[in-house]
Amino acid sequence: MITLQHYLLVSAALFSLGIFGVLTRKNAVNVLMGIELILNSANINLVAFSHYNSANMDGQIFAIVVIVVAAAEVAVALALVLTLYRLLKTVNLDQADMLKR
Amino acid sequence: MNSADILFLVVALITVASAAVVVLSSSLIYSAFSLLVTFFGVAIIYVYLGADFLAATQVLIYVGGILVLVLFGVMLTHRLYNLNLKTETFQNLPGMIISLLVFVSLALAATQTHWHTISQKPRSPTTEAIGILFMTDYLLPFEVASVLLLVALIGAAMLVRRRTDL
Repeated sequence: MITLQHYLLVSAALFSLGIFGVLTRKNAVNVLMGIELILNSANINLVAFSHYNSANMDGQIFAIVVIVVAAAEVAVALALVLTLYRLLKTVNLDQADMLKR
Repeated sequence: MNSADILFLVVALITVASAAVVVLSSSLIYSAFSLLVTFFGVAIIYVYLGADFLAATQVLIYVGGILVLVLFGVMLTHRLYNLNLKTETFQNLPGMIISLLVFVSLALAATQTHWHTISQKPRSPTTEAIGILFMTDYLLPFEVASVLLLVALIGAAMLVRRRTDL
């Protein structure tokens, strides 16, 4: 029998993998993929709690709003990555340290 | 354990494994395409949770929109004659420790808590109910989301335009 805990465990695995990607990758596009994983895991949690824990559909509405925000975020983030590439000819985040110098 | 449960376990395993490939593979192209598998797996998990409209939205927006944008990002930020799109990593050990701690704490919280669950609702199509909710109770978030998308559109176009014609 699949219970709420199974969904929460899948979501926890996706979340920690996303955290790992965000923390260790040098490439900005790859960091963006990690952020997408984190947003997806949060969405699984919202829908799972909405399915198992409440009589209405607030969780699904919230998940749709999260998807909209993710779409807006990825568009702006890729614009920033392209600007960074134009400026530095690289998208490695450890070389984007102009503020430190 | 019936066949639907076994199928769920298989889908969950594939989803987590492809997410691991996304963050562990050294090739950007492999990462992007296993992200495709992860998004499809999440859509199937939505189907298991009785959220049919959300599953369709996941496939349309994540697979059809966001993944294509990410692939554009990969192609535009690398010289195409340099086809070994390798990505390097740093801070490997601290990243592993932090993400393991996050996973252990989340898994403990998920399994040790006594969740209050209600009895299973019958599965019914959700599209009509979501549409009615967006036009009544959630009208303000709906409008704010549309303004947010407009702002992101203008902002992204402004960020990447050539600065010569200022």
